[in-house]
Amino acid sequence: MWSVLLFAGGLAWGQSPHEAVPDVTLGKRIFDSQCAVCHGQGGTGGRGPALTKPKLAKAPDEESLRRAIAQGIPPEMPGSWQLSVREVASVARYVVGLGQVAPEKLPGDAQHGRAVFQAKGCGGCHLVAGQGTARGPDLSAIGAKRNGAHLRASITQPAAHLAEDYLLVEVVSAGKTVRGVRLAEDPFTLQLRDGAGALHSFRKSQVQRWRHLPAESSMPAFARNLSATELDDLVAWLASLRGEQQ
Amino acid sequence: MKHVVTALFWAAALQAQVPYERIANAHKEPGNWLTYSGNYAGHRHSPLTELTPANVGGLKVKWAYQFDLNRAETSPIVEGGIMYISAPNKAAALDLKTGRVIWNWERPIPSDYQSIGFGRVNRGPAILGDKLYVATLDCYLVALDLKTGQQRWAAQVDDYKPGYSLTLAPLAIRDKVLVGVSGGEAGIRGYVDAYDAQSGKRVWRFHAIPGPGEPGHETWAGDSWKTGGASTWVTGAYDPELNLVYWGIGNPGPDWNGDSRKGDNLYTCSFVALDGDTGKLKWHFQFTPHDTHDWDSTHVPMLVDAELRGRQRKLIVNPNRNAFYYALDRTTGEFLAGRAYAKQTWAKGLDDKGRPILIPGMDPSEEGTLVWPSLNGATVWFSPSYSPQTKLVYVATREVGSTYYKREAQYKPGTFFAGGGETRIPEKEQWGAIRALEVATGKMAWEFRLVTPPWSGVLSTGGGLVFSGSNEGNIFALDAKTGKPLWDFQGGGPVMANPISFQIDGKQHVAVAAGRTLYVFGL
Repeated sequence: MWSVLLFAGGLAWGQSPHEAVPDVTLGKRIFDSQCAVCHGQGGTGGRGPALTKPKLAKAPDEESLRRAIAQGIPPEMPGSWQLSVREVASVARYVVGLGQVAPEKLPGDAQHGRAVFQAKGCGGCHLVAGQGTARGPDLSAIGAKRNGAHLRASITQPAAHLAEDYLLVEVVSAGKTVRGVRLAEDPFTLQLRDGAGALHSFRKSQVQRWRHLPAESSMPAFARNLSATELDDLVAWLASLRGEQQ
Repeated sequence: MKHVVTALFWAAALQAQVPYERIANAHKEPGNWLTYSGNYAGHRHSPLTELTPANVGGLKVKWAYQFDLNRAETSPIVEGGIMYISAPNKAAALDLKTGRVIWNWERPIPSDYQSIGFGRVNRGPAILGDKLYVATLDCYLVALDLKTGQQRWAAQVDDYKPGYSLTLAPLAIRDKVLVGVSGGEAGIRGYVDAYDAQSGKRVWRFHAIPGPGEPGHETWAGDSWKTGGASTWVTGAYDPELNLVYWGIGNPGPDWNGDSRKGDNLYTCSFVALDGDTGKLKWHFQFTPHDTHDWDSTHVPMLVDAELRGRQRKLIVNPNRNAFYYALDRTTGEFLAGRAYAKQTWAKGLDDKGRPILIPGMDPSEEGTLVWPSLNGATVWFSPSYSPQTKLVYVATREVGSTYYKREAQYKPGTFFAGGGETRIPEKEQWGAIRALEVATGKMAWEFRLVTPPWSGVLSTGGGLVFSGSNEGNIFALDAKTGKPLWDFQGGGPVMANPISFQIDGKQHVAVAAGRTLYVFGL
């Protein structure tokens, strides 16, 4: 109960600012021993949801995250009456960091990178701030999720850095071969979207064969289509997309 | 004369509706489902033969019941035209023909109650005499009037505040009702309790961690026994002839940091055989000595009579969370056979006493240690099934590895006392299967592959079918002999429950929950 009063009132918070200075090292230590049981070491998920996201659905900012840690999220997540205000704030600060890549200094020109993005037709498959075509991953906050090196590698060798939920599958049914991104799969059925955006739904027992293509990506490799400068610029622009602007 | 008739009527009404003898002979009335596993032997097998590989394709939903919670894990009881179900701190009686509610019962969950290390779930009620028994999250065993759902008594099993809780279906035997506790991640000291079915008074308690002066106490360093876990959160089995109760014991605590609890940590990760009258330990067998991976042995024990090493034996068998299959003598606890039934990287095998031959360096570490299986194990709480016809054990199997981390652990009552955790291998590398294992050896006869590691129990039937479910919401039937898929239905939510089978108006039906919905299927 005290934690509710504490956070709702904000009085105790304001009265003891020194106690509330978060310490990420302390936060990690507490997280590892008490939170990782459900959320996985490093917040990768387990019995509880993964926390390696720029924005958490039930705690979109640091204050709501502190509240969630202190009070719990019924019915599954227990509160933490045993933690002090500072400990709660420390865990919150650590968890916020899990989902976000720290901004880094990158060589390219981000403004020019936006022009490269448009010129190369990247918007034909990706959304940025609601603009473009929703086929591949939404890149509006990609800079908060991926560092420069990862972004660079994803552009030059997409198949080696396949985005989650974009597994390619191939189905041969009634003599026709269909390839597409897997939308859903269970032991009996398979749903995919082909390159033209059409949905296909199959019963596995009724197709000739089907297979996953884990080494392939529906995104073309841009290694040869971009100059070194263009690549630098594009990476710099993507890294600047943190879901805040526009 | 009229008075005599009335008196006789009342005497009959007062008599137990479901005496112990009926449950002990559950196979004689396969139209009902009288105990958690269908019989005391833990088989989750229905002798009903109406549904077969030839006609199961025609199975249709007859009715559905929606719980007001996200996930239903209840294994119903069916008796006398009524289905009894449970949810956290709730129970209900449903008309078996329509699913309409006959009565509801609820006990409020205290506002400061917390589930430490598990979900808010309830896995089923128990029936005996004229009462329905339900175990609650806030640690009460409650007896309800079968006809009305009104409370007869509520026995406090423990204080929920330090982390004790009840999620299991009670086991009702003779004149007693048995329960075990959850809380293995909160530094509890677990036990199995027996309560008098009439009065609710506790008859015996078996401490799953021996106290000072008791044999096995020396397997705990210092005071570590006081907070050593050993939860007992899955329903046991019972052999009426031997009058032995068999129960699975959970992991030692802190889970992933064993430094403070050097020793084998008896009776964690074990099966124990207890005298039904006194709770006295008859034998124990420890699957995973000094566990550091959270491999609870809280499984439904399966009591099977089969030939092994040249003669007919009374066996107890178990596909364990640690990825090995075991066959023991259930009179003595002697190890008879065992082998891995899923991927494991922590033991070279089992020695001739059944003790794992450890591969060095597989304990959790600061930097992380990759081990198969993951902390949820090769299988978990959901029930396996045994068919006396095929002589096969069916088990929903999880193929997942994890990097295990060791961290500090400090005991504070009512908080996590776990000492680390895991990071699972990427989802695309995880998978699962329904596997059929030869009962005497654990050798795999067939498998039906699943896209993701399952959370569903398995039911086998006399008509030669195996029912189970997937995380993707499929409820399905396989051929018990071959594993060939014969029927499936999309239930709209993950199946995290145990299926049962029974009759409505003499026709065989199957029930299982998917997500928040309990489905009843029939031809």
